[in-house]
Amino acid sequence: MKGQGKDRGQTPIFGHSHHDMGGQPAGRVELAEHEHGDWERRVDAMCVLLWGLKGGTRRISVDEHRKNIEALPPQAYDTMTYYEKWTVSLAQCLVQRGLITTEELARKMVEVEKRDAG
Amino acid sequence: MTQAKYRVGERVRVMKAYPPGHLRTPFYIRGQAGTVERICGAFPNPEELAQMRDGLPPQPLYRVRFLQKDVWPDYQGSAADVVEIEIFQHWLEKA
Repeated sequence: MKGQGKDRGQTPIFGHSHHDMGGQPAGRVELAEHEHGDWERRVDAMCVLLWGLKGGTRRISVDEHRKNIEALPPQAYDTMTYYEKWTVSLAQCLVQRGLITTEELARKMVEVEKRDAG
Repeated sequence: MTQAKYRVGERVRVMKAYPPGHLRTPFYIRGQAGTVERICGAFPNPEELAQMRDGLPPQPLYRVRFLQKDVWPDYQGSAADVVEIEIFQHWLEKA
């Protein structure tokens, strides 16, 4: 399916998703281990609980989580760290499922910024 | 559960389609033909789960074996090298 806008017929509307990189030319894979920070552990724990992997009710699916990560703009996808991507996706999932509202998230983000600045 | 349409050893071709959404069929394998290596079972459709639906009935999942030289036109390795990918039934047609 080709777009009808500027350069019409040239750019597929749906095509190669940025994250789907298998087989693309790429440089060397730089393997690096690091100690996970507390925030990373917390994000991991929240996701595992919400996915219902350790019992309890599944509130969101792993597949929703992946969809939201894959929807990141290419530049964000390439520069964000693993758990930064998880954090953005988790926020999206929670809002999409109606477990929190955008307003609640916004207010909390402002509150945390003030707390950290003070 | 949706019945498995293909048998082990059968030739199948991956649909050459590029819909939006969360897909479990890598870009590079779409349009390629391979051989069913095993039937992995049946699972809720992850493309539906990603859109916050239940993904039911479970869809058969196959492990499909492709020749590397078929997938990559400039492949330099052995002609016997393979790549195996797990693909849901709705992405496959008889080759």
